[in-house]
Amino acid sequence: MRGLRGEAAVVGVAEFAPVRRPDRTWMGLEAYAELARLALEDAGLAHDDVDGLMTGHLADSGGLFAPGHLTEYLGIGSHFSEVVDLGGATGAGAVLRAAMAIELGLCETALCIVHTLPRPKNPKGGGPTFRMGAWGSPMGEFDYPFGAIGQNYAYAMIANRYAYEYGLTDRQRAKVAVDQRTNAAANPKAVFRDPIDIDDVLNSPVIVDPLHLLEIVMPCFGGAAVVVTSKEKARRAKHRPAYIIGGGENTTHLSVTYDPSFTETPIRAAADRAFAMAGVKRSEVDLASLYDCYTITVLLTLEDAGFCGKGEAGKFVEEHDLTYRGDFPLNTHGGQLSFGQAGMAGGMSHITEAYLQLTGRAGERQLRRCDTVFVHGNGGLMSEQVSLILRGE
Amino acid sequence: MPKYRMGIEPLPVPTPVTQPFWEGARQHRLLIQRCDAGHVFFYPRSHCPRCLSNRLEWVEASGKATLYSYTVARRPTSPDFEADVPFVIAVVELDEGPRMTSRLVEVDPEAVRIGMRLEVVFDDVTGEVTLPYFRPARG
Repeated sequence: MRGLRGEAAVVGVAEFAPVRRPDRTWMGLEAYAELARLALEDAGLAHDDVDGLMTGHLADSGGLFAPGHLTEYLGIGSHFSEVVDLGGATGAGAVLRAAMAIELGLCETALCIVHTLPRPKNPKGGGPTFRMGAWGSPMGEFDYPFGAIGQNYAYAMIANRYAYEYGLTDRQRAKVAVDQRTNAAANPKAVFRDPIDIDDVLNSPVIVDPLHLLEIVMPCFGGAAVVVTSKEKARRAKHRPAYIIGGGENTTHLSVTYDPSFTETPIRAAADRAFAMAGVKRSEVDLASLYDCYTITVLLTLEDAGFCGKGEAGKFVEEHDLTYRGDFPLNTHGGQLSFGQAGMAGGMSHITEAYLQLTGRAGERQLRRCDTVFVHGNGGLMSEQVSLILRGE
Repeated sequence: MPKYRMGIEPLPVPTPVTQPFWEGARQHRLLIQRCDAGHVFFYPRSHCPRCLSNRLEWVEASGKATLYSYTVARRPTSPDFEADVPFVIAVVELDEGPRMTSRLVEVDPEAVRIGMRLEVVFDDVTGEVTLPYFRPARG
């Protein structure tokens, strides 16, 4: 066992004195912020030093997206975030995960925070939720009342800002959906398999300007699983092992309004870290398996993951054939746009497709050569970013 | 009754920390926070997102802003907004710096342009809740 090298250290602590009858209440985010402030003060480190976050659950988030809520509230970017759910062992588990992440270079300074402080009484009574989202969720309070609900509007605003800064046409976005549909036609598991062309995309109804129906994922039901094992056991497995040789993560916000930039996305830091760790060049990638909740997401990922220059994504997709027969194979399973988005399993489809391609089992859509795959996952409203680089032995 | 939208819900439910912002909105004042290091920010928090200071004060924003981005919802983003479509969802950049989510009103959706100058208008949706929207600046 290689184990920890003892190169990650505890350098600060903070604690609220336990009280039997609390004399005040905190929204969850506020208590996390106060403990973060006190612990950093004890450590003599600055707010900007923090780039990792290990926490318990967050009532204010309605049980989802705790890292996104917390990075946004605390104003930090986190390269390794985890909600640790190990009961009484959560504190120790959080510190172990922080040490692992730091020794691997995923992050450098991690906050590990747990608390059980009581929240104020919800003025609307009843449980922790109100009609739209959790009470105390900044999105519920400062986005939803304006109709900023769901995901479509957020990616539409990103697309509009990108077009404003760099120029991007409807046809360029549509090209992504068209090429991915060609891929889906060669995938018996895909939910949409009928070929489409650019006009079909542009003639589909606009849902939120500028995004058309065929640029938006279809929610589906499904599931996916992946087995990861050691090199020793990998050699005994049935198929060619796909080694995970690089990974990078970045979370900066939850609500798109507080995304530090709509056009220099948090994708870049995740992808750069993954490529640097793997020591792989962009030109070595045989398949780009990119999260595609919307066409615009793919364009921004191509750009910020470094496959083309800033502002060049529109031209890039026009100039390249993105199908399994093409010069830049992208989302050969059809992407979620055509394969279907089965909740979080939708994101995992980018990994299952990568492994099928790496092991020569992708059927009609099999690439002639596939040894190195770049996988990217995107969560929330361009919020949580994770890049992986897989290499077949 | 709301002036700029058909339905009442969804409404914000203030927390003890955010309450002063909504009190301000009721008085048609747009309040943001400033920490002792001079950082101004929005949405309301217990700690400054740039330095984690908890020594904060409320300051009144000018209500002037620039449109950072927007979308026109052609289909309702939730059933509550069915009667409102098409409507403009916006991210505005206040002259003081922070961004806000809002809606643009008193403007033809086709005439909306990123970078346009805006000013706040208040909509008394109920006796308790007033929402800040933005419209094109009138000089």
